[in-house]
Amino acid sequence: MENTVSILRQIPLNNYILLSTLLFCIGVIGVLSRRNAIIILMCVELMLNAVNLLLAAFSAYNSDPAGQVFVFFIMAVAAAEVAVGLAILMMVFRNTGTVDINALNKLKG
Amino acid sequence: MTLSIFYFLSFLAILSALMVVVSKNPIHSVLYLIITFFAIAGHYVLLNAQFLAAVHVIVYAGAIMVLFLYVIMMLNLNAEVEPHKSVWLKSAATVAGGTLMVVLVGALRTSASVGSPLPADANIGLIKTLGKTLYKDFMLPFEISSILFLAAMVGAVMLGKKETK
Repeated sequence: MENTVSILRQIPLNNYILLSTLLFCIGVIGVLSRRNAIIILMCVELMLNAVNLLLAAFSAYNSDPAGQVFVFFIMAVAAAEVAVGLAILMMVFRNTGTVDINALNKLKG
Repeated sequence: MTLSIFYFLSFLAILSALMVVVSKNPIHSVLYLIITFFAIAGHYVLLNAQFLAAVHVIVYAGAIMVLFLYVIMMLNLNAEVEPHKSVWLKSAATVAGGTLMVVLVGALRTSASVGSPLPADANIGLIKTLGKTLYKDFMLPFEISSILFLAAMVGAVMLGKKETK
């Protein structure tokens, strides 16, 4: 198990931080630039995964298993979010016939 | 060697994440997102978090993405009915996201760089260590997340039910 330490030393932690930042920002751009509500949900998943990756990286570099347990909780929340979100989308599609978020402007004053 | 695997997985993850945002067909977006998730699972293996990688593949690629695919096929979405924002709004969104990225990267560059890792314990990614931590230190959040799941399940069934008037 000595080589694990050497593997971790080969990749600077900053690389993981940069990768997670990039993935998170791609998710933000997706949420802002698409109108299909399902794609927006997928981009939210992408952002959650960027955070998960960063938590796992910090956990590995600090030798602390708590970070990986946090990732499990985030996964649980993401699964619940997707189930309820897709149910709401089905409801919206049944009532309006589209998943375009611009159709959901009934609350606009 | 390890560094080149890292760069390959990062390139794959970022490229397919971009394709998720760019591609016109929602089905293609889902498939590219699955590629991204497998690349992230590869990163978990690289970080010596094997159990996390397995759970990630099972939960995300196995459950969540199947749910997405199922809904997209049930609603019969394809490239023709895909709504589009104007080019102006799309470029504004890209500029906003790019600005966020520049700010984050700039802030992280000037922050104190983390030194070399602690004497790493190679066993923290194993199921035994994680289970001990989960059931010793995180017992209450674990139980609360089960209530969250119950609420989500009831909510999904309630929302999915046909309304009778």
